[in-house]
Amino acid sequence: MSVLVFLDQADGHVKKSSFEAANYAAKVAGQLGTIAEAIVLGTVKDDLASLGNYGVKKVHTVADASLDNLDAQVYAKVIAQAVEGTSADVIIFSNNTAGKAIAPRLSVRLKAGLVSGAIALPDTSNGFTVKKTVFSGKAFANITVSTAKKIIALNPNSFSIVVGDGTAEVAAFTATVDTAKVEVASVNKIVGEVPLSEAEIVVSGGRGLKGPENWGLVTELATLLGAATACSRPVADIHWRPHHEHVGQTGLAIAPNLYIAVGISGAIQHLAGVNRSKTIVVINKDPEAPFFKAADYGIVGDVFEVMPKIIAAVKKLKGA
Amino acid sequence: MKILVCISKTPDTTAKIAFADNNTKFAAEGVQWIINPYDEWYALVRAIELKEADPSTSIHLVNVGTADSEPIIRKALALGGDEAFRVNSDNGDSFYIASQIAAIAKEGDYDLIFTGKETIDFNGSSIGGMVAELLDLPYISHAIKFDLESGKAVVVREIEGGEETDKVALPVVVSCQKGMAEQRIPNMKGIMGARTKPLKVTEPVAAESYTTVASFDLPPAKAGVKLVSPETPEELVRLLHEEARVI
Ligand SMILES: Cc1cc2nc3c(=O)[nH]c(=O)nc-3n(C[C@H](O)[C@H](O)[C@H](O)COP(=O)(O)OP(=O)(O)OC[C@H]3O[C@@H](n4cnc5c(N)ncnc54)[C@H](O)[C@@H]3O)c2cc1C
Ligand SMILES: Nc1ncnc2c1ncn2[C@@H]1O[C@H](COP(=O)(O)O)[C@@H](O)[C@H]1O
Repeated sequence: MSVLVFLDQADGHVKKSSFEAANYAAKVAGQLGTIAEAIVLGTVKDDLASLGNYGVKKVHTVADASLDNLDAQVYAKVIAQAVEGTSADVIIFSNNTAGKAIAPRLSVRLKAGLVSGAIALPDTSNGFTVKKTVFSGKAFANITVSTAKKIIALNPNSFSIVVGDGTAEVAAFTATVDTAKVEVASVNKIVGEVPLSEAEIVVSGGRGLKGPENWGLVTELATLLGAATACSRPVADIHWRPHHEHVGQTGLAIAPNLYIAVGISGAIQHLAGVNRSKTIVVINKDPEAPFFKAADYGIVGDVFEVMPKIIAAVKKLKGA
Repeated sequence: MKILVCISKTPDTTAKIAFADNNTKFAAEGVQWIINPYDEWYALVRAIELKEADPSTSIHLVNVGTADSEPIIRKALALGGDEAFRVNSDNGDSFYIASQIAAIAKEGDYDLIFTGKETIDFNGSSIGGMVAELLDLPYISHAIKFDLESGKAVVVREIEGGEETDKVALPVVVSCQKGMAEQRIPNMKGIMGARTKPLKVTEPVAAESYTTVASFDLPPAKAGVKLVSPETPEELVRLLHEEARVI
């Protein structure tokens, strides 16, 4: 028995959300009285022994360059082999785009119940029950898994990482790798930008900013804070901002440490995607804006007057 | 070309989220039901656009649900589906639902199977991938663009911090999200026509559920907002730094 965590990588680097998943896997392993092992596919440049700091005892690598791109069908088969090789009973993914593509397939392959969108450690006091978000963050469901093998896909930013000391053993895992049916024709990444789903701080703009020409107020603050940028749905619909920035019930659901909403009213569908943020700051000129009810800090004021002052104060704080 | 679009029924996005029976059931009283937005706005409308480009295309719909689903199925037919299957069942987890969809898909020999990115009530993002595995087909999730080029699917999908363009031979399962198409409103002709389009009710195939919902919880209420004067926004920055310790 063991707990196996899938480490998702891009361009040879393990993603931040996977370190979180690894640390979570180590905690689950502790609960079950076993160890956490990891599997990573494709060419990796990182020092994988450092996964020991997150509690992982052994990292299995399948350094086959044909795995550098994700084909969920191929990945699921390789991971299933690793599950067998490590006799894993619990398999952990980050609930990011790769996790959402692979975990359901693996669930079918292994006849293993899947909880996607988990936000807490399993409750093993009476069976195996995991809390997940439902209704786009407006509620939680406690899901009981009744199969022998179990898969958990952990929502990014829902588990606080505790870094310790340790060195993981790194070993090549021999697996049969099918030929991918999906051919990756091109990858287009916005270089240097913090991916929204993994960001600890998010600065988000709404229709209150009046037009794309005013977005400097959002992006400048975001750059100073090392934050990602987001927006409300109408802002993406009218093409002021790219659609991948759209958060809410029909966009991305995020849970950063800090969410700063600039000129956003806080409609229920918007809140659904951001209300798991640990701290919410709202800047809106309308004291009746519903967002204030969901906020921790707020300023009732005009964004065009308030934002430059905030930016100046952050510059001062950061010594910039 | 034959396309199968998986449609689910979800509470309206403004529905009050509350639970009944000792927090084990969604309190559905007075709730308006809609087609899951991802299924309607993106999966179904993109399928309709593909049919407009190639009128020989047929669009089949599948819903796993009780007779309560029929209004949303009729709406999907009014938008442009040709015929629909309803698998008459109301219990079962993602794997169970995926097994029902896979059984319908096997009968129909589809070139494309579209799902939404996720249901807005269960947020599983699982059923598309499960259907693909059950049918041993490739699966592309989080699609924001879908085109056909010389018999192959060219799909742009979202990845963390960017997009990826994939090419894959048909048949394929694709989960759809914003970018694929734009929301449409059914017209009178569609609504009238939908009444006579075939809606076939079938009984579920035997399948297990791997998971069950033990209970639901609501998030704890917020303590209340701390307001800072617009005259002194630097005070907000101080609070975020010293009190909340988030910057
Ligand atoms: C099915 C469905 C799904 C939806 N999904 C989503 C979703 O996923 N995400 C989402 O965001 N929305 C979603 N919506 C839309 C949602 O209902 C709201 O319409 C939307 O969130 C409003 O965006 P906004 O706050 O930017 O704009 P508005 O509602 O127009 O609000 C602008 C705000 O800016 C303030 N303001 C104006 N000028 C200034 C100024 N100078 N200084 C300070 N404040 C100012 C105003 O007081 C106002 O509160 C959905 C709607 C439906 C029906
Ligand atoms: N009961 C259902 N009947 C038909 N399709 C469904 C059903 N539930 C979910 N789906 C499809 O599967 C997608 C993903 O659902 P989920 O895995 O629950 O997030 C949805 O967007 C629908 O396209």
